[in-house]
Amino acid sequence: MWKWIQAFASPKNFYQTSAKIIPWFLYLFIGLTLIGLYWALIASPADYQQGESVRIMYVHVPAAWMSLFIYIVMAIAGAIGLIWQIKLANIVAKVSAPIGAAFTFLALVTGSVWGKPMWGTWWVWDARLTSELILLFLYLAYISLNSAFDNPKTASKASSVLAIVGLVNIPIIYYSVEWWNSLHQGASIGVNKVSMQIDMFIALMLISFAFKFLYGALVLMRSRDEILIREQNSTWVKTLIMKGEK
Amino acid sequence: MNIYLQTLSRDLHIAIRNPSSVLNPLLFFIISVSLFPLAISPEAATLSQIAAGIIWVASMLAVLLSLNTLFHNDFENGVLEQMVASHHSLPLLILSKITAHWLLTGIPIILLSPFLGVLLFLDNEGVKILMITLLLATPSLSLIGSIGASLIVGVKNSGMLLSLLILPLYIPILIFASSAVSQAQFGLDISAQLYFLAVFLVLSLMSAPFVSAIALKISLE
Repeated sequence: MWKWIQAFASPKNFYQTSAKIIPWFLYLFIGLTLIGLYWALIASPADYQQGESVRIMYVHVPAAWMSLFIYIVMAIAGAIGLIWQIKLANIVAKVSAPIGAAFTFLALVTGSVWGKPMWGTWWVWDARLTSELILLFLYLAYISLNSAFDNPKTASKASSVLAIVGLVNIPIIYYSVEWWNSLHQGASIGVNKVSMQIDMFIALMLISFAFKFLYGALVLMRSRDEILIREQNSTWVKTLIMKGEK
Repeated sequence: MNIYLQTLSRDLHIAIRNPSSVLNPLLFFIISVSLFPLAISPEAATLSQIAAGIIWVASMLAVLLSLNTLFHNDFENGVLEQMVASHHSLPLLILSKITAHWLLTGIPIILLSPFLGVLLFLDNEGVKILMITLLLATPSLSLIGSIGASLIVGVKNSGMLLSLLILPLYIPILIFASSAVSQAQFGLDISAQLYFLAVFLVLSLMSAPFVSAIALKISLE
């Protein structure tokens, strides 16, 4: 297992293998999105209180999940890079940050659009919104720290430390609903109960898996670029460029 | 322990002989607090409501301003490299630098806060709670700040970057500290907020010196 990981994690192997995986991730993303959108927009009913505007949820909630998920992936990848000095983990952590920031932004914007008809206001300073905003700041801090260093090695180490420190923020986000009373509705999907219609739940799951595959494909694509930049002096990259292959 | 006190006294001596580096953040603190009545309203009713928040935000910014110099001079003249290379425990050395930083910014801020509180029409109970929250939480500000300062010690023009790194991590402290004061003004129980501030203090005291040590080693590679 360990040997396999090491072999796969070598930049050259990763570059070649990922080229085969990316299309599959994209197909899965497109397929799941289409089915998910059918469930979300046509098959699932409108909410008995919120009406049609509840459908924003099918983008908002998966995006908010992704914003947390990617941050955790980023911090864990950063930790792996820091401890075992695996180059690929550093690259994954680095390229995940802008994607995570984009999902966080998407969650904030869709939440705002949803909030206007429901709460009558674009923004409320409640715990969840605020901590999502803090999460966006953490992503931006990570990105700018990563770009502040000339040496990519130092950059990934320093920003990994920041990501791990910022991970303290994730439980605060998650439990903030319980800590503070807020306008924001509580989480509908728990370990033991699902307090929504099954159609809505299926749509939500489909879209959130679609987002996972989109993230996977984007990470692989951006990692390939990053590998080419970092390994530009190695022989295999040079031969690759000379051959003009993709 | 000996080396802890030696580093501490060294930092305090440097600060006493170069007082402007200590005084500037404090002046910034006073001036920025005094801007709010001018900008918002000089009325007592308005100001007393937002006094705690103003003082807390201003003190965070003042701490942030002073953090720029926490490791910077020692990095420039090579002392920091000697600290990393020495046989003494690096987290302990960093802890003593953090202590010096807190004594030179945290304590003066706590001592100034009642006067600024009175200027903003904070009542006596509010001033008392404000001072307690500052006492509990300014050490956390210095501790968490040291992580950010050590991450960017080698980066040029790092002032803005530091605020981006550190302020998001300060937000929980800000929330609990200012809500403690405003709840106390309504006569509500605030032990929960104080416990949270204490938890943040204990956690940052246990982890920040070690994380800063790792970050310093990375920055000085």
